Amino acid sequence: MSAIDHTVNATAELRRAETQSPSSRVALFEADQPLALDGGASLASFQIAYQTYGTLNAEKSNAVLVCHALTGDQHVANIHPITGKGGWWSLMVGPGRPIDTDRFFVICTNVLGGCMGTTGPASFDPASGEPYALSFPVVTIRDMVRAQAMLVDRLGIDTLFAVVGGSMGGMQVLQWAASYPERVFAAVPIATAARHSSQNIAFHEVGRQAIMADPDWSGGNYLALGRTPRKGLAVARMAAHITYLSDEALHRKFGRNLQDRLAITFGFDADFQIESYLRHQGMTFVDRFDANSYLYMTRAMDYFDLAADYDGTLANAFRGTKTRFCVMSFTSDWLFPTSENRTIVHALNAAGANVSFVEVETDKGHDSFLLEEPEMFATISGFIAGAARRRGL
Amino acid sequence: MSEFPGATMRADPDRVDLDVVAGFVAPGARVLDVGCGDGELLLRLETEKGVDGRGIELSQKGVNEAVGRGLSVVQGDADHDLATYPDQSFDFAILSQTLQATHNPRTVLENLLRIGRKAIVSFPNFGHWRIRAKLLLNGRMPITENLPYRWYNTPNIHFCTIYDFLALTEETGAGIEAAVALYGRGRALSERAPWPVWNIIGEQAVFVLSKR
Repeated sequence: MSAIDHTVNATAELRRAETQSPSSRVALFEADQPLALDGGASLASFQIAYQTYGTLNAEKSNAVLVCHALTGDQHVANIHPITGKGGWWSLMVGPGRPIDTDRFFVICTNVLGGCMGTTGPASFDPASGEPYALSFPVVTIRDMVRAQAMLVDRLGIDTLFAVVGGSMGGMQVLQWAASYPERVFAAVPIATAARHSSQNIAFHEVGRQAIMADPDWSGGNYLALGRTPRKGLAVARMAAHITYLSDEALHRKFGRNLQDRLAITFGFDADFQIESYLRHQGMTFVDRFDANSYLYMTRAMDYFDLAADYDGTLANAFRGTKTRFCVMSFTSDWLFPTSENRTIVHALNAAGANVSFVEVETDKGHDSFLLEEPEMFATISGFIAGAARRRGL
Repeated sequence: MSEFPGATMRADPDRVDLDVVAGFVAPGARVLDVGCGDGELLLRLETEKGVDGRGIELSQKGVNEAVGRGLSVVQGDADHDLATYPDQSFDFAILSQTLQATHNPRTVLENLLRIGRKAIVSFPNFGHWRIRAKLLLNGRMPITENLPYRWYNTPNIHFCTIYDFLALTEETGAGIEAAVALYGRGRALSERAPWPVWNIIGEQAVFVLSKR
């Protein structure tokens, strides 16, 4: 076995350890607090892995819940226990950052169905002693938010000062505002949609089919069999990764540049830098993420259609809300384009809600919300400062 | 003819109409400022009159600055985004110096009257004598201090005179609750002056309208 394989296995083992007993905080919910799921099933016992930063004030009024995207986790602003890299949103969350941990008590949970310590398909089913795999019930964005609300209850927090998130995190923000309007003082949904579009469901289906087509997926039982559908999950990630960027950004970064060679090879090696880059993205992803979890996360997003729960009228989801909203989109985001975000704004207007909306000009695509975007930081800092004044913080 | 109070204190004498507009807004009202720029008027109304304010602004720079000041401002424009607001959802719907830049001023005005119990509209008067004189003597599209653009780069695509605006209020069934015409450095014309005098002396006009 080569050194590289050994490292890979060590990383994967580290992740599996994180799934069962995360290095972050964990809240256990026992049978006395079952979680009823939208799909009809119920989780008798489950755990939520989460991180907190900063200090909760005496009035418990300065808590900010950060919601992560498809492949994110609770490690928003600390060194990641598996990859060793900085937190996924350390540009946004931290001392002196727009979500200032010197002022606010920041909570970030790994979502239900995830693989970084919150109960999901890679967790052990207490009934069987085996990993849940596909016996784990399909969960929805609303289920994720219900579970988060139980954690917030447990922390003794009645009203969150703000709920913030991008992409799938933005869906959770919208669900929070709709399900618990009186518990959300300010909401910041970024680069998101009130329903997953047909095109986005299509992309997710490609990813899922790639995973399920990998023989090592083994009908979902790969964990019990000691296998990993590496190739399938890597292809899913590669395809998805393209949707997070933009034609312009890819061209600027890679163009048609060749990878470590002076001429094309008339073969199927990674001749082009973009190919090499995508392969790298795919291979590093499989070590830190569970394939079944990827199926569940993408399904949760596909099923998200907030208006459907409110007679098909999105504005009804926000009727009478006192929450202050700040919606944000990016010009080059074609996965969650400005039009989807503007639909949210129009519904909020129709509901008479207090809403701000900014479209940030950038060529970095959907991933912009995770990157260095000064306009985004300035707007969110300003919005949070204004909301904090009104909250008396 | 009296000087409008506070008018000469402004850093930007061209926007003296904002003082007049602010004067018409009742304390504690719900206000929508369409074309709010960086939120100057909204901020002032929130600070001085405790209004519950919202804004719409086209430029990203303006929206960012306004949101950064803690104001609730949506990036959008009068032509496309007013339709989503419910009837009578604001006490005042304000459109200051923006009507002439809209694609469909009549629809915009109708929406303002629908959304707000009162609509406050300010606009530059294209019937002002200096503009008439420039067109008459030079035979070219007038460029003035208030309207500094050339015909090919102006955002102002639908100019009107005070007469034209009065006709539009008739056509849209809007009642005039109050009106002020400004001339010189922010002086208000006498209310008793007849419309022909307003139309030739007034550089800017501010109308408070409601649906009849």
